[in-house]
Amino acid sequence: MELLAASAIGVLVACGTWLMLRARSFDVILGLTLLSYAVNVMLFMTGGLALGKPPLIREGLSPTLLNYVDPVPQALVLTAIVISFAMTALLVVVALRSREANASDHVDGREDQDAR
Amino acid sequence: MNHLPVLPILIPLAAGALLLLAHERSASFKRALAGIALLALTLAVGAALIEADSGQRMVYQLGNWPSNIGIVLVLDRLSALMLVLATVLGVIALVHAAGGDDQRQPHFHALLMFQLMGLNGAFLTGDLFNLFVFFEVLLIASYALLVHAADGERLRRATHYMVINLTGSALFLIALGLLFGLVGTLNMADLARKIALAPVENQAIIEVAALLLMTVFAIKGALLPVYLWLPRTYAAATPAVAALFAIMTKVGIYAVYRVHSLIFGADAGALAQLAQPWLLPLGIGTLILAALGALAARELRVLVGYLIVASAGTLFVAFGVGGQSALNAGLFYLIHSTLVVAALFLLADLIATHRPRAGDSLRLADYIQRPDALALVFLILAVAVTALPPLSGFIAKVALLDALAKHPGGAWIWAAVLGSGLLLMVSLARAGSQLFWRPAPEAFRNAAPVPAPSLFTVLPIAALTTAILALSVLADPVLRYTGAAATQLLDTRGYIDDVLGQVPVERAQPAP
Repeated sequence: MELLAASAIGVLVACGTWLMLRARSFDVILGLTLLSYAVNVMLFMTGGLALGKPPLIREGLSPTLLNYVDPVPQALVLTAIVISFAMTALLVVVALRSREANASDHVDGREDQDAR
Repeated sequence: MNHLPVLPILIPLAAGALLLLAHERSASFKRALAGIALLALTLAVGAALIEADSGQRMVYQLGNWPSNIGIVLVLDRLSALMLVLATVLGVIALVHAAGGDDQRQPHFHALLMFQLMGLNGAFLTGDLFNLFVFFEVLLIASYALLVHAADGERLRRATHYMVINLTGSALFLIALGLLFGLVGTLNMADLARKIALAPVENQAIIEVAALLLMTVFAIKGALLPVYLWLPRTYAAATPAVAALFAIMTKVGIYAVYRVHSLIFGADAGALAQLAQPWLLPLGIGTLILAALGALAARELRVLVGYLIVASAGTLFVAFGVGGQSALNAGLFYLIHSTLVVAALFLLADLIATHRPRAGDSLRLADYIQRPDALALVFLILAVAVTALPPLSGFIAKVALLDALAKHPGGAWIWAAVLGSGLLLMVSLARAGSQLFWRPAPEAFRNAAPVPAPSLFTVLPIAALTTAILALSVLADPVLRYTGAAATQLLDTRGYIDDVLGQVPVERAQPAP
């Protein structure tokens, strides 16, 4: 399971990086979104992957990390998701306004004459 | 428990929320509300400075959780100093924007408050994840302030700025994930204690995390490969916002000073001082390229942007050399450069309005109105920023060069610092002669006279210039304070003991 999750993160980061290096703001935003997905999955995994273990303390189950998953990464990832969601929303708005004002969604604000 | 450390975060938060509710009220109402909040903030920050100068760290445990579980705020001399700088720039931005810029955006005052909240929080927090959160708070406010009344060019710059910083945030989270996964805590004091004891097989990955953190802070602080976004982004901001942004690069520098001296500092065992070998050459490179950029700048505002980059380079050099005396000089230089660059941004805008045709362009010649007063202020600020005697820049540079002399590569660092200083001097002298001495075509002379600038425009520049003169005269007490701050910053044992030794307040048990 660790291998699967780790490779998924790797693929997401690779795709995100490639998209971010493209010249259209839409691609860049998609790339950033993929990158933040990868980061969120990675943060989530820092507590270790476990099946069927609760993050909250239960009656009759001794409170050690053997019986539970670490709740801190879940709290961290929740914060990170909210923040990256808000940031992406704002970026979309600014990129849309930039496209309107510049009549182009090229990241340089003008069409590249040589390489269309 | 003394609640002083949390006030610099709560006051702007509450004021910002109120201002959001009051967004349909008149501009003067919002100005008054923001002014009252800044007055309260000034009092709180002043009290924090006095409290911090006692030499005692104040540790504030949010929610009364023990330090290694909950979030702590730590008020020491360095954070108090940064709080004062942020508040000063907040007041400057508020007064300058009251001249009319704040009416172009209904939420300007609320955003200013949230920006200050993020800045103050970043300076106070003792938790690495919390630092990330406050970075995001100040960034999201800065994005909105940057697109304030923006046209196509500014929007494009704002998009670049956002993309760069969002990438930086992703790197920050990766570093935090690695650190938490390997060390199991994100409290800075706890991290500092545990990293020294980290098993050998984890050290390589911890080093990756440390360098990722350095990269993130370098993006904020404008270090060599990642400063390219800065000069034009700042030039695109409105003057009040650009002046406020003078502290934004300093957040990155503060974070390097704090995190890499505490967590990866002298006591970190095998990982001690791992950022220094990177920061010194990169800082020198930043200095040189910033000086060349300033020489090549076509607009005064872009030139000031490169001055910010040069000051960041100097500060990274000071940290790269390390040691108490270099940090002392660095902190003094930090105060000086923040104030002078903010003043220069405001002055550049004032100069632009006095050259109706050419604006702040350094290529076009134009007839400048009110040349005497503008040239005098420009001269004072240029002397300060290029570290000529007798102003504060000179004192900072002398202290810095003195500290650098002890370094084995001292001669080379001296050459870089002095050479880039010379280039900056040339570029400012050229800009000054272009602005004030180059004869304009005769046709430009009968341009309509520019109305006298309002008090709101003049007062902030006058206040900042006075502050720089005062800093030059009162350099001794300030240097004593920064010296004590540098000593306290390097006392990592004391920090760890103070933070982890703080016990939560005993609470009376509720009656059954």
